[in-house]
Amino acid sequence: MGGFQEQFLRGLETTVLVAAISGAFGMLVGLAGAAAKLSRFRALRMIADAYTTIVRGVPELLVILLVYFGGTTALTALVGSYVEVSALWAGVFSLTVVFGAYATEIFRGAIQAIPRGQTEAALSIGLAPWQTWLLVILPQMARIALPALCNLWISLLKDTSLISIVGLSDIMRIAVVGAGSMRDPLTFYLAASALYLMLTSVSLLTFRLVERRLLAPVH
Amino acid sequence: MNIALITESIATLLGGVVLTLELTILSLLIGFVLSVPLAFLRASRSPWLSWPVLAYTYVFRGTPLLVQLFLIYYGLGQLAVVRESVLWLLFRDPFYCALLAFSLNSAAYTIEVFRGGIQSVPPGLVEAAQAIGLSPTKIRLRIVFPLAFRTVLPSYANEVVGMIKASSLASTVTLLEITGLARKLVSETFAPYEVFVAAGAIYLALTFLASRLFNLIELHLAGVPPDKARRPWLLKLRQAR
Repeated sequence: MGGFQEQFLRGLETTVLVAAISGAFGMLVGLAGAAAKLSRFRALRMIADAYTTIVRGVPELLVILLVYFGGTTALTALVGSYVEVSALWAGVFSLTVVFGAYATEIFRGAIQAIPRGQTEAALSIGLAPWQTWLLVILPQMARIALPALCNLWISLLKDTSLISIVGLSDIMRIAVVGAGSMRDPLTFYLAASALYLMLTSVSLLTFRLVERRLLAPVH
Repeated sequence: MNIALITESIATLLGGVVLTLELTILSLLIGFVLSVPLAFLRASRSPWLSWPVLAYTYVFRGTPLLVQLFLIYYGLGQLAVVRESVLWLLFRDPFYCALLAFSLNSAAYTIEVFRGGIQSVPPGLVEAAQAIGLSPTKIRLRIVFPLAFRTVLPSYANEVVGMIKASSLASTVTLLEITGLARKLVSETFAPYEVFVAAGAIYLALTFLASRLFNLIELHLAGVPPDKARRPWLLKLRQAR
């Protein structure tokens, strides 16, 4: 493959990095979104509803294009001279927004699956609301949410390939460049497939192990 | 943000809706036809029947659709077998490449959705069908599949919405569906916000209509009369989100 092995390795690093950062931020957005959806305040609920409905109804590619090209235009207007948003951060931002929307739904469902008695019991033994959340709700919710989160993480890993369209040097981008310069698309795209398949397989196995550890007694 | 430009863009981008729908509906249809028999194989107790199908769904669900699309669009032409056969007339065209990639990908997801449904059908119903002398094929097509389909309809609806969104990848192989037109329009107008927001609005309308349609089908299959279905539908939609 003419020295592309090393490049693929760097692409792999970028893919994992982008997915990990977006996944971590996306979890935070998801928690905030779920809290907003279950909040007493109508305005918060409406904002969270609008967020998840819009983001989940629009292609991920479009979100990336909007953030990348829109971000560049906005920054250029702001600074006064041409500034290009980096593909990496535009990608991380877009995938955080997408991951967050789906995670909101997963967390909301998982929290609602916890019997109300748990909260009542926690409050009755004198835990403060934040302690109730941290010690009673979150650990139980994590167990219920885990299988769905695993699927979401795998979608995220695969969606990182879309950022290559705006120029991120991830696995996909290396494959495109390699396929073009070596005139051998079959080999390069098969190599990229193998790398992605490896990533998703490792993720699946890891989640299985964690799941077995936590062994949720529900369903 | 320029509202007039957004409405103008929507008018232009509506020209891409036909191609988006064409790709989506054809891929879903081909995916559906492929996935019904394969889901039965996948649900089979014999590993010889189930594992090859699992390998197929595992690979297609474990790699990005973009890679699959590029593999077909750029890679197939490299094979002399394809280039020298009649198939080349088809796969020279980006439309058929996208259609093939989307259909195979959609089939992989649909197989796993249907498998879940098939396995959830109570064995008593199958035994009852056997007892009255129905053939195995008839049992599958008339008893098991309709019941399985009803059970997994919400998941299948998600797959349909996912396909509408995934069809946007066709823009990467030069097809001018909604996203392709939007990218072209952005390069002409240099107004990425307005154009991509307009495209987003169109997709949102399409995915909303698709999920509404499936809600209605779900209620219809559950036997709710249309006049009573009007209000519960709104409720259901809220729950589904």
